[in-house]
Amino acid sequence: MTTGMLPALRGHFTSSRAVSLLQRGGAVVALVIACIAGSMRYYAFATPENLLNVLRQNSMLGLVALGMTFVILTGGIDLSVGALLAVSGVIAAMLSKHGSLLALAGGIGAATALGVVNGLLITRARIQPFIVTLAMMIAARGAALAVTSEQSIPASPQASALTWLGRGQLGPVPVPVVLFFLAYAVAWVTLRYTRFGRYVYAVGDSEEAARLMGLPADRLVLATYALSGALAGLAGVVLAGRLGAGQPVAGTGWELDAIAAVVVGGTLLTGGQGGAGATIIGVLLLGVIFNLFNLEGTISPWWQWVLRGTFLMGVVIIQGRLQRRARSH
Amino acid sequence: MSDAPLLRMEGISKAFGGAMALDRVDLSLQRGEVHALVGENGAGKSTLMKILTGAYHRDAGVVQLEGSEVDFDTPADAQGAGVCAVHQEIHLLSHRTVAENIYIGREPTRYGFIDWGRMNAQAAELLRGLGLDIDPEATVESLNTARQQMVAIARGVSLGARVLVLDEPTSSLSPREVSILYELVARLKANGTAIVYISHRFDELYAICDRVTVLRDGKLVATRAMAGLERLDLVCLMLGKSREALRDGVTGFGDHRDAGEAVADRPAVLRTEHVASGAKLHDVSFEVRPGEIVGLAGLLGSGRTETARAIFGADVRNGGTVFVHGESVNPRTPDDAIRMGVGFVSEDRKAEGIIPELSIRENLTLAALPTLTKFGVVSRVKQREIVERYMTRLGIKASSADQRIRELSGGNQQKVLLARWLCTDPKLLILDEPTRGIDIGAKGEIQRLVNELAKLGMGVLMISSEIEELTEGSTRVVVLRDGCSVAELTGAEISPQAIIRAMASDSPAASAVNATSPVS
Repeated sequence: MTTGMLPALRGHFTSSRAVSLLQRGGAVVALVIACIAGSMRYYAFATPENLLNVLRQNSMLGLVALGMTFVILTGGIDLSVGALLAVSGVIAAMLSKHGSLLALAGGIGAATALGVVNGLLITRARIQPFIVTLAMMIAARGAALAVTSEQSIPASPQASALTWLGRGQLGPVPVPVVLFFLAYAVAWVTLRYTRFGRYVYAVGDSEEAARLMGLPADRLVLATYALSGALAGLAGVVLAGRLGAGQPVAGTGWELDAIAAVVVGGTLLTGGQGGAGATIIGVLLLGVIFNLFNLEGTISPWWQWVLRGTFLMGVVIIQGRLQRRARSH
Repeated sequence: MSDAPLLRMEGISKAFGGAMALDRVDLSLQRGEVHALVGENGAGKSTLMKILTGAYHRDAGVVQLEGSEVDFDTPADAQGAGVCAVHQEIHLLSHRTVAENIYIGREPTRYGFIDWGRMNAQAAELLRGLGLDIDPEATVESLNTARQQMVAIARGVSLGARVLVLDEPTSSLSPREVSILYELVARLKANGTAIVYISHRFDELYAICDRVTVLRDGKLVATRAMAGLERLDLVCLMLGKSREALRDGVTGFGDHRDAGEAVADRPAVLRTEHVASGAKLHDVSFEVRPGEIVGLAGLLGSGRTETARAIFGADVRNGGTVFVHGESVNPRTPDDAIRMGVGFVSEDRKAEGIIPELSIRENLTLAALPTLTKFGVVSRVKQREIVERYMTRLGIKASSADQRIRELSGGNQQKVLLARWLCTDPKLLILDEPTRGIDIGAKGEIQRLVNELAKLGMGVLMISSEIEELTEGSTRVVVLRDGCSVAELTGAEISPQAIIRAMASDSPAASAVNATSPVS
C-alpha cells in the first residue's frame, strides 16, 4: 500500500508522516493479506453479514483500545480497563430499573471516576502507571464480583436506550459499530487538530521537554486516564446492553487484547508516536484473524492463542524493520 | 550601557539540604548585551540560571525585570515574561516537527482547531527572519544537533524572549555551525535581547561576549568587561589561583609533540587499513604505537566517532582491516575488543558511559567484572581494592566509593570512566572527546592523566574538537574528512592552522572555520 499511496500524498506529508505510514504499513499489509486470503479460502468471509459481525464483535474492544491509545501515546499504560468495563456494566444494569439515562451516566461515570483515581495516583503520588492500574484492576474486579455476589445482573427492560446501544441497528449497521467509527473519527481529529491532542504527543515524546515548554503535563496525563476509564465505561454499558445483563467477569483480559491491538497498529509503547488511525487497523487485524480461526473451525481455542501470540510478535518484528528502513533511508 | 538594566538579580541565595549552592550572588543584564557566565562545574551557574528561568525557587534575593520585581513559579511563568533558556541537553520533542516545537502551546487555530498551514507558514517566516534554512515541517530528530539548537533558540525568539539563556550552546557544534550561531546571537543582540552565555570555551567568550560574571563555589567572584581582560586573568579568577600558579600551557598536556620520535620504532599497537563502516566511514588508515597519543581531528560528521566505534566493534565494519599488535582482528562486539586490550571512553558520558544510579565502585569495575568474578560471584575484596587504588591514583573526589555516580561532577565522572578501562589493563585506549563539558580545572587533570598513561606505554587514540587539545596533546594528528583519512601531521607539522587546513580544504566550511577558530 505504501507504494500505491505515497506518490499521491507526496508533498502533503512530511517525512515524519511517511515514517508513521510505514510503521503502520506492517499492520495494513497484514490486514489486506488476511482479508484477501480469507475471501479466497472461505466463501462466508467476504459477506456483509460476516464483516458487520466482525465489526460488531470488536467494536467494544475497539473503544477500550482507543482509550488505551491515548494513555500509551503519553508513555503510560492502563491495565485496569477490563475491570472498569465490568464495573460500568454492573452499575448500569443495577441502575437500569431507574431508566437508561441513570444507567448510562452511572456506569460511564463510575468508570471515569476510577480512571481519575488512576490519574491522580500517577500524577500526584508519583507511582508508576503499571502499578497503579494493576492495583485498580484487582480492586475494581473484586468490587464488581463482591457487589454482584458473582452473579450476572439482568438489565431492566425499561432501559430501552441501554438495550438499543447494544442491540440496535441504524439501517443495516449495528449501533456499536456506528459508535466505534464515530469514536475513532472524533479521536483522530482530536489528536491531530486540538491542543489536547498535540499535548498528548508532546508528553509522550519527552515529558521533561513538555514541562519546560510550559505544557500542563500532569493535568494532561490525568485526562488521558480519565478518558481511558470513560471509554472502558462506554464499552461496558454497550456490552451490558448487548448481553441484557451486567456481568462481573466481563472484559477479563481485555486490557491485554487492547494493548495488543494498539501495539500491532503501530503505536509505540514508549509513547509519542502512533495514533487512532493505527489502533483501528490493529483492532480490525486482530478481529479478522480471530474470525478466520472461527471460520476454519478446527483449531482449538488454545492453539488459537498460540497462533495469535506468534502472529502478534511477527507483526511487531516487521514493523521494527520497516521503521528502521524508513529512518535510514 | 549606562541606562537601567533590563534584568537585575541581587543577593540570590539557594541551599540544597545544608549545602549553599548560591551565596548572595548578583547579576545584571543590559539590553542587547551578551553576558558570559563562567565558573567551574559546581560554581553555581546552572542553579543561578534555573532560578532565573523559574525551575528553582530562590531562598533569598530579588529579581527585577525592567525595574519591577518578578517571581517565577514555573518555566512557563518565566517564558510568559520573556525569559527563556536553551539548555545544553536540548529539550525538544524529537518526533514532532520544527513548527510544532516552536509553537506548541500557542498554535494558531481556526474554529478551535489547529491551523497547520498557518503554523508552518509562520514558522517558515520566523526561521527565514533569523537567517536559518530549516524546513519547518521536518521532524526535529531528522536535524543535526546544531539545527536542533537553532530551533530551540527560534522557539525562544518566537516567545518574545527579552532574556535568553544559552547553556553551553556550542558543545556539540562544528566550527561552521558555531559561526551560524554567532550570526544568530548578533541578530538577537541588535534587537535588544539580553543573552546569558554559558560556555567553557574561551574563544567563544572573547568572540561574542560583552561582559563576564565569574562564579566560584556559589559565590560571585567578579563581573568584568571582556575587552581588556586577559585570558590568563580570567582563568585565575575562575580557579581562584594566582597567575604564577598557572605556568603550563592552556591544556594539561604540556607539550607532547616531541615524544613521537622516541616511539617511532616500536611496533604499532593498532593499525587500520582502509576501514569502512556504515554510511559515514569510507577509507580510514592510520596506526597508533605504544606510548603515543594520536589525535583524530575532523569536522563534525567527518567520521571521528564512527572510526572509534568501528575499531571497538560497536559498529559493523563493511571493509578494511584492523590490526591489533600486528594481528589482523575482527572485533564484532565490544566484548571482543575488550579482550584484545582495547578500551573506549565514549563522547556521550551520560548515555553511553555512566550508569547513573549505580555507585562509583560498581561503575568503575564494570568492564573488569569478568576478571573479578569467580563462579558468578563478584569478589568484593578485590573490587574494593581496585576501586580504592584508582580513586587515589586519579584523584576522584567523592564522599565514598558507594556514592552514586550521577551525583559527581562531570570531571569526576570522566575519571571514573577512565579508571573503568584502566583496570582492564588496556593496550589501546580510545578517548572520544575526553574533556567535553568538563570544567577547566578537572580538564587539566584529565589531560595530565592521559599524558601519563601514554608515558607508561599505552597507545592512546584521542578524538577532540578542541584544537588546543590536539596540538598540545598529540604526538601525531590524523585528520579525517568525509569519512576518509586525508592527512597525517607529525611533530613540528602539528599546528592549528595545519589541522584546520586539512580538515576544511575543498569544503565550503573552510572560510567559516578560519573566521571563528582559535588560529591566533
